[in-house]
Amino acid sequence: MVETLRFTLNGKPAVVTVDSDRLLLWVLRTDLGLTGTKYGCGESFCGACTVIVNGEAVRSCQTAVKEVKAKDVVTIEGLAGDGPLHPVQKAFVENDALQCGYCTPGMIMNAYALLRKNPRPSEADILEGMEDGLCRCGAHNRIVRAIQAAAKEMHGGL
Amino acid sequence: MNEFEYWTNDAEETAFTMDRRRFLKTTGSGIFLFFRIRDFSFFTQEGPGRPNLKGGPSDFNAYLKIGEDGRVSCYTGKIEMGQGIVTSLAQMLADELDVNIDDVDMVMGDTDLCPFDRGTFGSLSTRAFGPSLRTAGAEARRVLMEMASEKLNIPVNDLATGGGVVFDKSNAKTRIAYAALAKGKKIERTLTDPVVVKKPSEFKLMSKPLTRRDAHEKVTGKAKYAGDIQLPGMLYAKILRPPAHGAKLIDADTREAANVEGARVIRDGDFVAVLHKYPDVAQSALAKIKSKFDIPAPAVDDRSIYDHLLKAAPAGKVVASGGDLSAGEKSSASVHEETYYNAYVAHAPVEPHTAVVKIEGKKATVWASTQAPFGAREEVAKELGFRTEDVRVITPFVGGGFGGKTAHGQVVEAARLARMSGSPVQVAWTRAEEFFYDTFRPAAVVKIRSGITGKGGISFWDYGVYFAGERGSEQFYEIPNHRTTAYNAGWVGGEGSHPFATGAWRAPGNNTNTFARESQIDIMAAKAGADPVEFRLRHLSDAKMKRVLQTAAEKFGWKPAKSPSGRGLGVALGIDAGTYVAAIAGVEVNRKTGEVRVKRVLAVQDMGLVINPEGAALQMEGCITMGLGYALREGLHFQGGEITDLNFGTYEIPRFSWLPKIETHIVDDENSPPQGGGEPAIVTMGAVIANAIYDAVGARVFELPMLPERVKGALHKG
Ligand code: FES
Ligand code: FES
Repeated sequence: MVETLRFTLNGKPAVVTVDSDRLLLWVLRTDLGLTGTKYGCGESFCGACTVIVNGEAVRSCQTAVKEVKAKDVVTIEGLAGDGPLHPVQKAFVENDALQCGYCTPGMIMNAYALLRKNPRPSEADILEGMEDGLCRCGAHNRIVRAIQAAAKEMHGGL
Repeated sequence: MNEFEYWTNDAEETAFTMDRRRFLKTTGSGIFLFFRIRDFSFFTQEGPGRPNLKGGPSDFNAYLKIGEDGRVSCYTGKIEMGQGIVTSLAQMLADELDVNIDDVDMVMGDTDLCPFDRGTFGSLSTRAFGPSLRTAGAEARRVLMEMASEKLNIPVNDLATGGGVVFDKSNAKTRIAYAALAKGKKIERTLTDPVVVKKPSEFKLMSKPLTRRDAHEKVTGKAKYAGDIQLPGMLYAKILRPPAHGAKLIDADTREAANVEGARVIRDGDFVAVLHKYPDVAQSALAKIKSKFDIPAPAVDDRSIYDHLLKAAPAGKVVASGGDLSAGEKSSASVHEETYYNAYVAHAPVEPHTAVVKIEGKKATVWASTQAPFGAREEVAKELGFRTEDVRVITPFVGGGFGGKTAHGQVVEAARLARMSGSPVQVAWTRAEEFFYDTFRPAAVVKIRSGITGKGGISFWDYGVYFAGERGSEQFYEIPNHRTTAYNAGWVGGEGSHPFATGAWRAPGNNTNTFARESQIDIMAAKAGADPVEFRLRHLSDAKMKRVLQTAAEKFGWKPAKSPSGRGLGVALGIDAGTYVAAIAGVEVNRKTGEVRVKRVLAVQDMGLVINPEGAALQMEGCITMGLGYALREGLHFQGGEITDLNFGTYEIPRFSWLPKIETHIVDDENSPPQGGGEPAIVTMGAVIANAIYDAVGARVFELPMLPERVKGALHKG
């Protein structure tokens, strides 16, 4: 059903008139031109499409756009906006936590949500929290290190 | 025809001259230095997609430009897919040229701007390109100093360079910037004579860790991959796929799909696609097509494949031999004959194959996720009937390749649909398509017969490799009597062998060969009652190999013991792309479930001169992590031509919970030329884990991946 939906996107009001069953991933990427959110599997196996909805990490390839109606959506483009890098992004840069970079937006968004919930995660918490994100380049241990560094820099707050 | 002949083909001379003129026209004024990436001698027939590419220049295939704004640009057909050359190449160039690295731009993988390049694979970028690029940088610096000498009226010997400026050694205030020297000039040089490059002691940037230059774009979502290219009027295409390789379309009812608002169905014989301005709508419209296929009865599956391959194997070709096998056998106290297997493995980059094609008149522009933009250009030109030079392929960031993106069927599909629809078209494969059309690492078999003398020395070694390819089958142990035979040398297979396409997969051939060789060496060490490290050292004379092994043992804290020691420690050695690797791993094996947990992996590498140690460490860690996959879990499931793995639910790749403690170490060898870094550390992963499993529980696994049930099976047998 075609509906006009309003929600907050990266801190600004957004309106789309779309078939509300369409998936958030594609509405973000095509209708809204935010291509930082990636497709990797389309079936919730990889996490490349992860965005934040009301503070929670959500797989946009599994989320109908109607589900974000009146909610607060943050994508990789909105994490820092035009300002300085978010500590999680900065830590990914400083710890070389990426290679091809294709999984990176999803990894960062997932790590961000993880740190919101658990600002002082143990290594085991990080492994568990990131478990469902796939990286074929094998940047895993750097990603863990980056999340630890970000947690430290944020002193337990976001 | 070998690679060198190809490059010196006279017929291409014209193409080259035109190219140079065109480059000079498009890139404005400045100082240009043309050079050639040398030494293709290590290419074998096994290189991916032996192309018959036009437009290959005969005397340069890269160039750099010092612009009148002082910026230095390096133009190369290589691409960045995560291996970090956008950083390491800039690092080399900036160092030789004495400019700030921030003033260096890498222009990569654009067929209109960059000279011909065969593709990015085989850990060649640093090995082959690095030395050439450094020489070019050094030569450009020399040219700049000569120009400055004339301008400033100071002898060259009294001049020095730094930060993009030539200055008087005795009075640094007398200076002239590269930008000023390049202003309004159009100076062309071609690198011919050998040039002196900097000594390691003179490096300011090389050999020092540097974080990735592309990191900022990649952490902010700004980095563009092929699928992120959106053009006005562009349509996303979804293509009807057969359920199995070899299946024939009998009937397709597209009426319902065509009724979806905004959808266009395009059909040309068996080729049926739905186009829409939203990819998800195109996908759901495609699902409305009612199709019937004739599927051939499956002849092989993932269990029967090895028997099939052994039957299909052509006659062997001896690739190396020495001594006398039968004399060796006679001198043996015991003889061991074993067969090793490994499954088909997918490349599975997280970014599936993607391309965008726009056609305007008789010209086409292509954005492609590819490791071989010039190959893609050729294929598109052929598909469209255009002249090669009227097709431009632009390579944005590539989201992982590992060899799989040297094939790029998606580019041709997008070109075909762009022509048929009259609109720019994007084709982005789904995960299922990615699994279906991958050029898999081939299933392969290795048979080894070897013997050991009463004194614990290897008496003979008879090695046969089927379908993996020769790479990595070279013998580096001291064995008096040996023979290596390759049955079907290439990883592409041949008629009647593989049920679907196979190709080069990160360190092609070598993963299989190293798994077999290093497992067999361990079997013999155990037979000889020797510690596996000591046994290897005893059979090595190569100083580099000895050094990496000794370093690994020392860093790991290896204590000699005969295997199985119950500690769960394994060792394996390998050589790939000129780099020597020693790996040691520690594992835990759950005897009840057969589950293997890798606790610790340490790898030591001798890779000659290291340009970016941080980047090299990153690649090693990536190799180790990725290698856990083919060692423990990755094996394609299929029934004939039907690939039953459609997504990561059944085809598991390494994840966070698998992570061992990873330690990497690169031995100092700065006076040797740089060697490959993107692949070598992955080759030892099968054997190092197999050997550690054996050491833990005394059970030997001969088949990759070492799934829990295979470990359990080995335990029962053992
Ligand atoms: S694309 Fe959504 S989880 Fe993979
Ligand atoms: S960096 Fe390439 S998939 Fe993670």
